[in-house]
Amino acid sequence: MAEGGGGFNIHPMEQFLLKPLFGGDEIHWYTPTNATLWLGITVVAVSLLMVFGSRGRALIPSRGQSMAELTYGFVYKMVEDVTGKHGVKYFPYVITLFLFILFANLLGLIPTSFSTTSHIAVTVILALAVFISVTAIGFAKHGAGFLKLFWVSSAPTVALRCVLALIEVISYFVRPISHSVRLAGNIMAGHAVLKVFAGFAGALGLFSVVPILAISTIYALELMVAVVQAYVFAILTCVYLNDALHPGH
Amino acid sequence: MATETLSEIQLEHAEGGMPQLDVTTYPNMIFWLIVALVALYFILTRFALPRIAAVLAERNDAIANDLEEAALYKRRAEEAEASYNAALATAREEAQKIAADTKAQINAELSTLMAKADAEIAAKTAESETRIRDIRDSATRSVEEVALETAQAIVEAFVPKAADSEAVGAAVANRLKG
Repeated sequence: MAEGGGGFNIHPMEQFLLKPLFGGDEIHWYTPTNATLWLGITVVAVSLLMVFGSRGRALIPSRGQSMAELTYGFVYKMVEDVTGKHGVKYFPYVITLFLFILFANLLGLIPTSFSTTSHIAVTVILALAVFISVTAIGFAKHGAGFLKLFWVSSAPTVALRCVLALIEVISYFVRPISHSVRLAGNIMAGHAVLKVFAGFAGALGLFSVVPILAISTIYALELMVAVVQAYVFAILTCVYLNDALHPGH
Repeated sequence: MATETLSEIQLEHAEGGMPQLDVTTYPNMIFWLIVALVALYFILTRFALPRIAAVLAERNDAIANDLEEAALYKRRAEEAEASYNAALATAREEAQKIAADTKAQINAELSTLMAKADAEIAAKTAESETRIRDIRDSATRSVEEVALETAQAIVEAFVPKAADSEAVGAAVANRLKG
């Protein structure tokens, strides 16, 4: 971490480092770290929107209540549209995931904050939670009939069906990987790019106007990415859930 | 220049590459993530979601009630309009009846008055006619008298003492008839 005299000192990955909050070098599984802090802030922020916002229970909502209701209605409609009436009872899981990822993404865009969703460990757990629960729901609802998901009965020949079944199985097990890497990759890449441009801005003197403009532009793009990735994660969760609820093609 | 710049950029790969791949931090993050998710799920399902669902349901009910009430009021208004129209129609009918009755009554009175007037006029006419006839008769009589007297005077003037007054009278009457 030596400050270079004339050269650039860009540490685009430093922002992702996990550090203990109260000093010390060891990171045990229970050590409160900056990740812990920002996970907590995410929970608090979501609670502020959804619990504090709706505290009025007003028939004519205030601004905060209106935002909470719009968020609720948006996710509810998404779950209902994608999974149908039977999927609505899983709505609390979907909205928990959606709001957690949305707020983690957005809070990560605050300068000097820590992006929890840029860590593959976090997103893999989120994706695995979806994968395992969706698989469990599928088998619980349909038993062995859930395996029809892999058997494309509309294909003309048995041989073709076998090939398709192999492809379907592979794609099914790739789901948690793509689900998690997509989110972590997007967030990490955006933050790294911002950091690289910030490093340029620190070293270019008067010409740092250019990277600062670039940072502003990319920041706007990252805001969109933060929202879109949360939406993508949630809607893919709904799609997987729909597969579990209605297997068979 | 470019190669120089690249060489001077000290990317953090030396420090162990991506912190995301540092397996030693995984248990920590996974533990706190699960704590956060469970806490968030608990907060949302216990407090936020039921409350928002209740508020939304209440609002939908209120809107449905208001719509129902509005429909009721509309129905009442329509009923009121119908009864008003009915009342208006009966009133108009009655008014027409009264007008017709009054007209008939007036006509009847008028015709009796006319008849009376006619009768009076006829009586007066008859009276006038008798008077005219009387006047004419008396006039005729006077003319006869005058003629007779004149004739007798003329006859006496021409033939003194010779005249037969009766014969003169008959002759005058004869002439007056012709």
